[in-house]
Amino acid sequence: MSETAKIEIRALRKSFGSNEVLKSISLDVAKGGVVALIGPSGSGKSTLLRCINLLVVPDGGSVRVGDTSFAFGDGSKLPGVKTLAKFRATTGMVFQHFNLFPHMTTLQNVMEGPVTVRRMAKADAEKLARAQLAKVGLAEKADQYPATLSGGQKQRVAIARALAMEPDVMLFDEATSALDPELVGEVLNVIQQLASEGMTMVIVTHEIAFAREVADRLIFMRDGVVVEEGPARQVIDNPQEAATRAFLSHFHRTGALPPANAVS
Amino acid sequence: MYQWDFGILWSYRWLFLNGLGVTVGFTVVIVILGLVFGLFGAFGTLSRFRAVRMIALTFIEAFRCTPILVQLIWFYYALPILAGIDMTPITASALALSLYGGSFYSEIIRGGIISIDKGQSEAGAALGMTPIQSMRRIVLPQAIKRMIPALMNQSIIQFKNTSLVSVLAVPDLVYQSQVAAHDSYRPLETYTAVAVAYAAILIPLTILVRRGEKRLAVGE
Repeated sequence: MSETAKIEIRALRKSFGSNEVLKSISLDVAKGGVVALIGPSGSGKSTLLRCINLLVVPDGGSVRVGDTSFAFGDGSKLPGVKTLAKFRATTGMVFQHFNLFPHMTTLQNVMEGPVTVRRMAKADAEKLARAQLAKVGLAEKADQYPATLSGGQKQRVAIARALAMEPDVMLFDEATSALDPELVGEVLNVIQQLASEGMTMVIVTHEIAFAREVADRLIFMRDGVVVEEGPARQVIDNPQEAATRAFLSHFHRTGALPPANAVS
Repeated sequence: MYQWDFGILWSYRWLFLNGLGVTVGFTVVIVILGLVFGLFGAFGTLSRFRAVRMIALTFIEAFRCTPILVQLIWFYYALPILAGIDMTPITASALALSLYGGSFYSEIIRGGIISIDKGQSEAGAALGMTPIQSMRRIVLPQAIKRMIPALMNQSIIQFKNTSLVSVLAVPDLVYQSQVAAHDSYRPLETYTAVAVAYAAILIPLTILVRRGEKRLAVGE
């Protein structure tokens, strides 16, 4: 598998002070694969996700995305600012709290990456940005400011903003956790569409039914270690570890996706 | 009862206007220089490197925590002896006032920058921006909006602080009115007129600042 893997993580370690958040984590994501990371809060899943695009710099182990790899720990030099930026441009990330740029219209938000980072001509970037907004169903909101959008719309703009960089992989950090329940569906629909187009994705989520539907692999983390890993349906329907069973017992595990009635 | 006679000041009008010109010009210079120092101070305190942070912090606290009058005198009388450079009263007071203002500006600028949610620079970094790009494109445009009212207030204080340069015989409005007061034996009229002149310039400015604050609050 590691021959074809798009993302390869080996023996990843990270501590914040004396708190060891990741204890030697290894992980592969196949090209076009969708991996869901689940687990209780404090399990390290968000930190792991942020280590994939090096928003958090690991203390040890290695990270490879596509052809770019980094080793951390004894004797290895930390990557420079420019190297990091170049690497992150190839990975898209969507945040729990959207983090849209409030001083820019939605169109400008989506254009920002292509213009500032990829040095694309304004006209080309605008064309690309409008296409991405259309893709998430928000073409007509191009000239509005984020403050005027609903949470679900904001998150869809954030997805369009990440996609405008034409990334190799997409990372979702609890993308629906800050949304009102009736707005979750419209965001999940966009993610599902990306999955069907073959985008390589790592999704940190609490939407177990969604993970079962969309992810092909599922990883259950607790206290900085991978407790259980396997095909998403298999792990959710038939967890082997007691800790996984205990965690999953808090959720409805099956059922249709929440309806996307709020799409506008 | 004292007999007020403001008419006597008319003959000193050119002296006053001259002084006012110096005061306004001086303010423009120390506000601009102060903002430059403030920018360096702010980025210094936010630096990744401990040594840079320490230097910036020392500079800021040294000028924030000593009286401006002492600084003015020190820059004119002590610094030339220590550093072996001769400074005109104008250079010495411009330098002291700019550094003094800069120490306050840098705290305002630093506060504005760190008030922007960390998620903003993270989103910039996730798009592949370098820290400088995300500062320039994402953080600063939002932070400057929040800084403007405080920067304006500090500049108003700087305008009033220029009155202290008269102790180094810089011919500003206060210095010239001292000349006029000694000459006319009418200090009450003279200093009342000076106070009115300062207020006449600053009151419209404060109204402008307050309006700006309201407009920014709506924009948030």
